[in-house]
Amino acid sequence: MECSSKRFAEVTVATLSGKLDHPSAAALEAALRPLIAQGMVDGSPLVIDFAGVTYISSMGLRVLMVAAKAMRGHARRIAAAALAPTVAEIFAIARFNHVLEVFPSVRDALAALSGQAVAAYDAGAR
Amino acid sequence: MKALRFWGTRGSLPIALTAADVRGRVAAAVRAAQGRAFASDAELDAWLDTLGMAAAGTYGGHTSCVEIVTGRDEYVLCDMGSGLRPFGQRALARHGAASPQTYHVFMSHLHWDHIMGFPFFVPAYIRGNRVRIYGGHAAIEDALRRQSAPPSFPADFSLMGATIEFVHLEAGRHYDVAGLEVSLVAQHHGGDSYGYRFAEADKAVVYSTDSEHKLTHVDETVPFVDLFRDADVVVFDAMYSLSDSISVKADWGHSSNLVGVELCHMANARHLVLFHHEPVNDDATIDRIVAETRRYEELARTGAPLRVSAAYDGMEIAL
Repeated sequence: MECSSKRFAEVTVATLSGKLDHPSAAALEAALRPLIAQGMVDGSPLVIDFAGVTYISSMGLRVLMVAAKAMRGHARRIAAAALAPTVAEIFAIARFNHVLEVFPSVRDALAALSGQAVAAYDAGAR
Repeated sequence: MKALRFWGTRGSLPIALTAADVRGRVAAAVRAAQGRAFASDAELDAWLDTLGMAAAGTYGGHTSCVEIVTGRDEYVLCDMGSGLRPFGQRALARHGAASPQTYHVFMSHLHWDHIMGFPFFVPAYIRGNRVRIYGGHAAIEDALRRQSAPPSFPADFSLMGATIEFVHLEAGRHYDVAGLEVSLVAQHHGGDSYGYRFAEADKAVVYSTDSEHKLTHVDETVPFVDLFRDADVVVFDAMYSLSDSISVKADWGHSSNLVGVELCHMANARHLVLFHHEPVNDDATIDRIVAETRRYEELARTGAPLRVSAAYDGMEIAL
């Protein structure tokens, strides 16, 4: 599991790749922790880009649940974007599409969260 | 061990189909059958099997009771939910009241839905029968006496004419009962529960209901992987969706279909049987859950395929 992050205006985008399974759950939790803490401090919403994620197990989903609870507990938004078909299936089977807001792409997620963020994203893409 | 026979598979509370439910099924089957001709009952049965439980059957509504058919004279059961009543009727019909029988019953725990069948277990009222009740809880006898006492029930426990014995079991130890090697582990559930492994020769069956598995700590997961190891059948509490089991229903003491698949994969078990169905789930919902669980098993699989089924009242699995 790999994780990197980038800021678009006030929105943080965490880009994950690889398998989010039992062996990588601790690394995922460690990677998301500072981004969630940042959201607590400055109110930044968090978008998790799943385009590079090939599989997610119950442990990976549990880490996401903890993240979602922490963000919502501080009235901060958290969204998932660009789920590969396999991961989208697992989200549906686990009923996780009711836990996180899910968007077809990172751009769609940013557009739903912040006009400034999607403008910054579009500017970066040019 | 010859087979598993499911007498009650529902969690928490018995349910029943309504007249409207049955009428809807008949109507759906009649519509689906239009234009078809069936040359034999076998052909009709095969076609009905294609319709699924929601149109041509039901998962049923009795609470937990599973029989392990040993091939010996003595009966072996897990839990005494409302499914114990039809089991008792069947045993009586088979043997009559004058032929004493021995019943070994292993208790997961003492919550209402797992003991409510005992006051209706007619063989317990017949002198000469022997009922041996096993479990890890110290208060099994108290719980059973209390539910048969006034004002909860009109026939007091003392009216039960069978010889009723209570056997305390300890997690981590192995016991020989009715030709089976039995072991148990403590499970995460309100007031604790116990999961059992029954082994004989090269066959092993696991009965693990009312157990929450967080999988977050290796030392909590390993005992269950060991319990499930290479089992032919794992009867597993899959009452909730994963999202419910780790959010609004966290610490309610139940597990999910996804975690059942993952534990069985870790343990190289061969057949996962989803059990303790949520009472609000209708047959169509359980049909969908089974299909989704089979799909998740495919996506998560790294070794041999795991067979996935949903238990239903009346189901029999040959071993």
